[in-house]
Amino acid sequence: MKKTILMGIVLAATWLLPAHAALQSERGDVALDAADEKAEPKKWQADRDPIPRDSVQQPPLIPHKIDGYVINLQSNKCLTCHSWANYKQAHATKVSQTHFSDRDGDAMSNISARRYFCTQCHVPQVDAKPLVENNFKPVQAIKN
Amino acid sequence: MSAIMNKIKQIIEKLKKPSAASLGSLIIGGFVAGIIFWGGFNTAMEATNTETFCISCHEMEENVYQEYKSTIHYSNRSGVRATCPDCHVPKPWVHKIKRKIQASNELLHKALGSIDTPEKFEAKRLTLARHVWDAMKETDSRECRNCHDFQSMDYVAQQRRGRNSHIEGFDKGMTCIDCHKGIAHSLPAMYEVDPSAVTGNAGK
Repeated sequence: MKKTILMGIVLAATWLLPAHAALQSERGDVALDAADEKAEPKKWQADRDPIPRDSVQQPPLIPHKIDGYVINLQSNKCLTCHSWANYKQAHATKVSQTHFSDRDGDAMSNISARRYFCTQCHVPQVDAKPLVENNFKPVQAIKN
Repeated sequence: MSAIMNKIKQIIEKLKKPSAASLGSLIIGGFVAGIIFWGGFNTAMEATNTETFCISCHEMEENVYQEYKSTIHYSNRSGVRATCPDCHVPKPWVHKIKRKIQASNELLHKALGSIDTPEKFEAKRLTLARHVWDAMKETDSRECRNCHDFQSMDYVAQQRRGRNSHIEGFDKGMTCIDCHKGIAHSLPAMYEVDPSAVTGNAGK
């Protein structure tokens, strides 16, 4: 009997609560069948200095545009500047030494296949407002 | 047989004799014929200087044209396009004719089917790319400079990396193609060109 009453109260509560307000989507309070507000296309940020890291193991962000840069079996556009052979002439950051070892930890003479697709971890930035508020602060050790 | 020989002899005899037509009509007639033939020749040549003509061969349409469609010379902010001949056929007349004569070799390979499958094309890509790179290097990237004149480049309007590289490169006497390879088409396997920009040790 007690269980039934409790169930009743819970059901009544869920029915009374304004469910749609609790489930507001990030795309705004727009009905599913209505057209969303048109988003302004974001532009890639212009070339600038390296962007400080926020966590110790974070792959550094790409501080320039990479439109049309191709990474495939034939060639890797990033490495034409960031490889150890080319970084000095290109005044670029060189690829980390960690990228030369395979998954067994064996050192290789060239970029390891698992580290070859740069944009899997490294990404360029657009000037976009965060969707949700974020108070994250980097640890003191890597703070500039 | 002798009838034909007689006819030929007659024609030769006729050519040997001075024409009955007046000099004036010959000059005017020759002038008009010249315009028609020269105009016709140029019109025919220009017809081969269009993208439509280039991609009428499936070798071009299915490989290089598809790759080119995602690049900035096909799709960009202001809608200005560089089509195949803008980069691959010289504008000055003498060089244009030279390139057109070279193109007869391409007709031969079209007939031989040298690159008639994507696999065959890929296997030849480095060789073909090198032909274009060498030609560009030889002419100081003449076809690039038809539009991209470095005297007119406003370095301030360029981004930092481009600005630095352009100033440094031009000082060293480098030319466009030295850096700008594979801007309109997929690159070939770069093992031989820059082994540090490819993974693994294949091709060695």
